[in-house]
Amino acid sequence: MDNFTFRVGMADARVAKCPSKLVTVGLGSCVGIILYDKVSKISGLVHIMLPYSNQSKNNSNKLKFADTGITALIDMMLEQGADRKYIISKIAGGAQMFATKANMDIMNIGARNVIATKEVLSSLNIPLVSEDTGGNYGRTIEFDCESGKLLIKTIGHGIKFI
Amino acid sequence: MNINKINETYIDVLKELGNIGSGNAITALASLIGKKIDMKIPTVRLMELNEVQDISGLADTIIVGIYFDLEGSVNGNILFSLDVESASYLIQYLMGVNVGDEFTEIEKSALEEIGNIMAGSYVSSLSTLTNLDMKISPPAISIDMAGAILSVPAIKFSELSDKILFIETEFFEGNRLIKGDFFLIPDIESFDKILNALGVELDG
Repeated sequence: MDNFTFRVGMADARVAKCPSKLVTVGLGSCVGIILYDKVSKISGLVHIMLPYSNQSKNNSNKLKFADTGITALIDMMLEQGADRKYIISKIAGGAQMFATKANMDIMNIGARNVIATKEVLSSLNIPLVSEDTGGNYGRTIEFDCESGKLLIKTIGHGIKFI
Repeated sequence: MNINKINETYIDVLKELGNIGSGNAITALASLIGKKIDMKIPTVRLMELNEVQDISGLADTIIVGIYFDLEGSVNGNILFSLDVESASYLIQYLMGVNVGDEFTEIEKSALEEIGNIMAGSYVSSLSTLTNLDMKISPPAISIDMAGAILSVPAIKFSELSDKILFIETEFFEGNRLIKGDFFLIPDIESFDKILNALGVELDG
């Protein structure tokens, strides 16, 4: 079987069939959302930047937002043969990279992205199995489709699996 | 502005803006450390959002980022980035201390202040040139993965656009002991204001 590592950038999404891997390098305030069908082992990763598409003047790129990004990723996975009822989720990111008193709105975008992501997953009845969110540091994430574990690497804040 | 219709004239004007702003910022740094600083010709880049995280080398390279909101008539942000060695050298040179495994709070404040002086010079020269009111927020520092740091200005820009447009200037000290990058990232509506203020006709 083909074994690739797909890198997913901002406002982007990919679907991988096992044993191919999904990776996002340097997640800051964005949120990386892993969707995983445990049975077919098809995994998907969407790297969202903003909470809701209806809050933005420019919403043509669906993968930029938590709401439209997650539904788009589900569609991509179903096309590849995933089963909606087996899909679970794991999320990481949503940091506040720069702490400052000025302009709290943009500074809190990470937290807002996490809240929106959870709301959307919940409304779609997709279980959120684990998360590593918040803080003030970046994360590189790598999903292992065999074990279903998400590897989280940071600079100065350790390495872990969730 | 239609970001897909940016022509050579706009790019030349924006490059010149970068040239004037960075020239002032670099002069401020040079007088602060008493060394000659050179800069490259600014580049104006239009990128897809998914490409942004790699503009300072690999997305997981550690960099020092100093971030400012740009406020007033022109909105957006400014990011000043240094590699870790350059930041350590600056601290060593200015404070006479060797940087340990991590930067201390005082060392981080000093780096913020260096960024503040440079960004202030950059913005005040552009403000004079365009006659537009431009201010910067207090500085905020992050020493982390380049991709994570760059996501902050990218997110701000992405609220209004699917592509990102910015003016980048690389600078370096003569012996290459200090290397850094200055990014001016007005939001897309502010680019219009700047170009209008300079009398550049916008079509489309």
